[in-house]
Amino acid sequence: MIKIKNLTKYYGDLCAVDNVSFDIKKGEILALLGPNGAGKTTIYRIITGYLKPTHGNIEVMNYNIYDHMMEIKSKIGYLPEAAPIYKDLLVYDYLDFVADIRGIEKDKKQDHIKNLGDLCGLNNVMHMTVDELSKGYRQRVGIAHALMGDPEILVLDEPTAGLDPNQIVETREIIKRIGREKTIIYSTHILSEAEATCDRIVIINKGKIVADDTLDGLRKSMKEESFENIFMKLTKGN
Amino acid sequence: MKNIKHIFRKEFKTYFISPIAYIVISVFLIIIGWLFFSTFFLEKQANLTKFFSLLPITFAFIIPAVTMRLFSEEINIGSYELLITLPLSFREIILGKFFAAVAFVAIMLSPTLMYAVSTSLIGDLDWGPVIGGYFGAILLGASFSAVGLLASSLTRNQVVAFIIGMAICFSLTLLIDFVLFFIPNVFIGFFQYLSASHHFQNIAKGVLDLRDIIYFLSLSFIALYATNLVIEEKK
Repeated sequence: MIKIKNLTKYYGDLCAVDNVSFDIKKGEILALLGPNGAGKTTIYRIITGYLKPTHGNIEVMNYNIYDHMMEIKSKIGYLPEAAPIYKDLLVYDYLDFVADIRGIEKDKKQDHIKNLGDLCGLNNVMHMTVDELSKGYRQRVGIAHALMGDPEILVLDEPTAGLDPNQIVETREIIKRIGREKTIIYSTHILSEAEATCDRIVIINKGKIVADDTLDGLRKSMKEESFENIFMKLTKGN
Repeated sequence: MKNIKHIFRKEFKTYFISPIAYIVISVFLIIIGWLFFSTFFLEKQANLTKFFSLLPITFAFIIPAVTMRLFSEEINIGSYELLITLPLSFREIILGKFFAAVAFVAIMLSPTLMYAVSTSLIGDLDWGPVIGGYFGAILLGASFSAVGLLASSLTRNQVVAFIIGMAICFSLTLLIDFVLFFIPNVFIGFFQYLSASHHFQNIAKGVLDLRDIIYFLSLSFIALYATNLVIEEKK
């Protein structure tokens, strides 16, 4: 589904992503983990077409990012970190705008927005501006933005950051539910959440991959039961 | 094509749900109304020539205030990332925002049609130059909007975007007055050609010259193309 090959990104002299390669299969939920500044967000930004890589290539459903970015963008739903959404628009107007861009037909648009509102628990804030919403609700609008138009791939950058415990559980449920049909790549700092939801784990540190395995595989190869300890061993050593 | 319309609608709506639109329109009408009517009755002429001659300098600082938020605000709050990662091309984003600014300028100008109506009531108004003047005003507004959009794409700070946009629009307006003192005669024609107010005055007199129309269209095109290069470079 997504093939990342020798991806490298420099910001000036700083190497944010260093020769990273991994694949994501169809229907897989992949957790991309790592400490702050490891390069997770940069990888997301390259997959979604916000940034161009310095070297390397990404293929999404056999489209490569240099020639077919528009096709790739239409397959991917993206939630950037902290869901930076227009502050002045009403939630409904914003979702309506995204539905238009995603090419949803007029007669289906109402239903689609309503279904997403149900799924993300937004129906009672539809007529408030994004500016008035709490952080948790804003995050939900961001998730609705990503899900609009049923994209086949979801890229979620810390979807549960800033949510309260109830919302975290709800969001996790949403990810699990939509993950049955879709390919998801996401990141989180809550390791138990990654344990509970994902099929495979890729850990990066300082722009390099330090682990790419299932959780059980990691436990075996590291000879360590606790995921926290595995994570710390892999990312704190140097 | 459809996407341009969607971006246009969103931007246009955003203008009118925030107070900026009403403030900018009020300031524009107060300034231009005062400057125009304070000497109108002294001149004893039933035409709008004075009004149109005031437009380039007024637009030079009003329009950058209209366009300053178009990219700067998005870059600042981060919604720019959402916009870029939606299936939209840069061209669609730029044109949608550009047309929204031009439509806003048209709305801002529309109350001044009252000047024409009231002038025609007290004297014999020649409508030709008025129609030409408004046509020219839209062209002038469009090219300044394109310049303002370029300024907005350069920075995340709206104030900086406003100042850059105003500086360029002012230079284009005052070019001919400033440089006249310093340059040899042979170059005057060249600088005159670059001056927005020079081309605008021709149209405002009611003379529709293809050269003036091409000037405004090419100024818009160059500024929009430069905007495209700037946001391409951001990747």
